Amino acid sequence: MPKVVIKYIKDKRKEINEAWMRKMAEELPEFPNYRAPNQNLSNANDNFVDVIYTYLLNIENTDDVRDFIKKIMKLEVPINYLSIGLQVFRRVVMEVIKRSEKDPENLLELYEHTDRVVEPIFNQLIKDTTETWERTISIQKSELLELSAPLIPILDRISVMPLVGTIDTERAKLIMENLLQGVIDHHAEVVLIDITGVPVVDTMVAHHIIQASEAVRLVGSKCILVGIRPEIAQTIVNLGIELDQFPTKSSLQRGIEEALKITERKVITITEGNGKQ
Amino acid sequence: MIMETRSSVPINNEWDIVQARQLGRQISREMGFGHVDQARITTAISELARNIYLYANNGEITIEPIVNLGKKGLKITSRDKGPGIKDIRLVMQDGYTTSGGLGAGLPGVKRLMDIFKIDSTLEKGTNIVAIKWLR
Ligand SMILES: Nc1ncnc2c1ncn2[C@@H]1O[C@H](COP(=O)(O)OP(=O)(O)OP(=O)(O)O)[C@@H](O)[C@H]1O
Ligand SMILES: [Mg+2]
Repeated sequence: MPKVVIKYIKDKRKEINEAWMRKMAEELPEFPNYRAPNQNLSNANDNFVDVIYTYLLNIENTDDVRDFIKKIMKLEVPINYLSIGLQVFRRVVMEVIKRSEKDPENLLELYEHTDRVVEPIFNQLIKDTTETWERTISIQKSELLELSAPLIPILDRISVMPLVGTIDTERAKLIMENLLQGVIDHHAEVVLIDITGVPVVDTMVAHHIIQASEAVRLVGSKCILVGIRPEIAQTIVNLGIELDQFPTKSSLQRGIEEALKITERKVITITEGNGKQ
Repeated sequence: MIMETRSSVPINNEWDIVQARQLGRQISREMGFGHVDQARITTAISELARNIYLYANNGEITIEPIVNLGKKGLKITSRDKGPGIKDIRLVMQDGYTTSGGLGAGLPGVKRLMDIFKIDSTLEKGTNIVAIKWLR
């Protein structure tokens, strides 16, 4: 019965812990942090073995485990530390059993049971780790998406949408939504779409930009496309995409000048001293 | 033609399209193509890969440097086992689309590249080869 093994693990906790620390220092000398023995149990999340015990004893309060997993997520603890730590743990337990068990007949069975005890811990740990990982990635993904098409009001009635990176269908949808919402929220009469940071403008990207600007036009505002790099201008021409119905300017600066003109304003230099324009 | 290293990218989702063109960008840069031609090659790959994704679901983009009579070039092959194209002349016309797009992809690739060959059989799939010579 694995019960015997669990009893060993519980009874010999101190011995196992110490042996584990020693072995880990040999296995992973590059991580000295984990060598320091923990006398203080409240500090348990610093100690992998304590985490194992938490799993093993089905302790209700799993905060220690969560903290530990958070550390792995933050890559304070390398992921291979998990598997090495557990393998060492199993080996240490087997050694303790070997030393204590009087009847060698039982040894083989006890080894097998040790495996059966350690395996679910390993699986659970991997499961918890990947779940946290997946959650983190999905949160980051949605945060990134939110940031991926910002509409920034820069001057009264003028907004800019700087686009950086690849535009896929999901993002194209967001560009459209943010553009329209932003035009309404900020009362923008002119929006400048800056594509300096878009690596490839293919027919799909062009199509989405054309559609977005069309939609902006329908709500009574104007779109100006800026930041078309020379090589992008070339490929757009090669693709046979007509941008003549579409106001474009080479740079954001030129675009802003144009936007000011449309909103009947301009930038002037005030010379200090004589107050002349 | 002498073939050098050849790289393939399976196209199964939108992300693979980005992968294929990044590879195209890298190889064309290494071969010494200028900025404009790099952009042309990358865009052509993007069009072909997206057509695979949209119309055939799955397929493959192969990118390989080639040498022909001392002339170096980059060859892009697009292969799929999708529905095929019934009227090739029609799809090569600017503005023809069955998906509400611009219909500029295929005629665009032809103009972006130096050589363009399309071979398609209904219900069997589509093979497209496009080459850009290094000048
Ligand atoms: N690999 C393919 N398999 C089957 N049909 C295809 C394939 N590639 C293109 N087609 C057909 O040819 C038409 C024209 O393709 P093309 O790429 O020129 O324009 P599009 O994809 O419709 O729009 P876009 O301008 O966004 O590329 C498509 O609408 C589609 O019907
Ligand atoms: Mg297309």
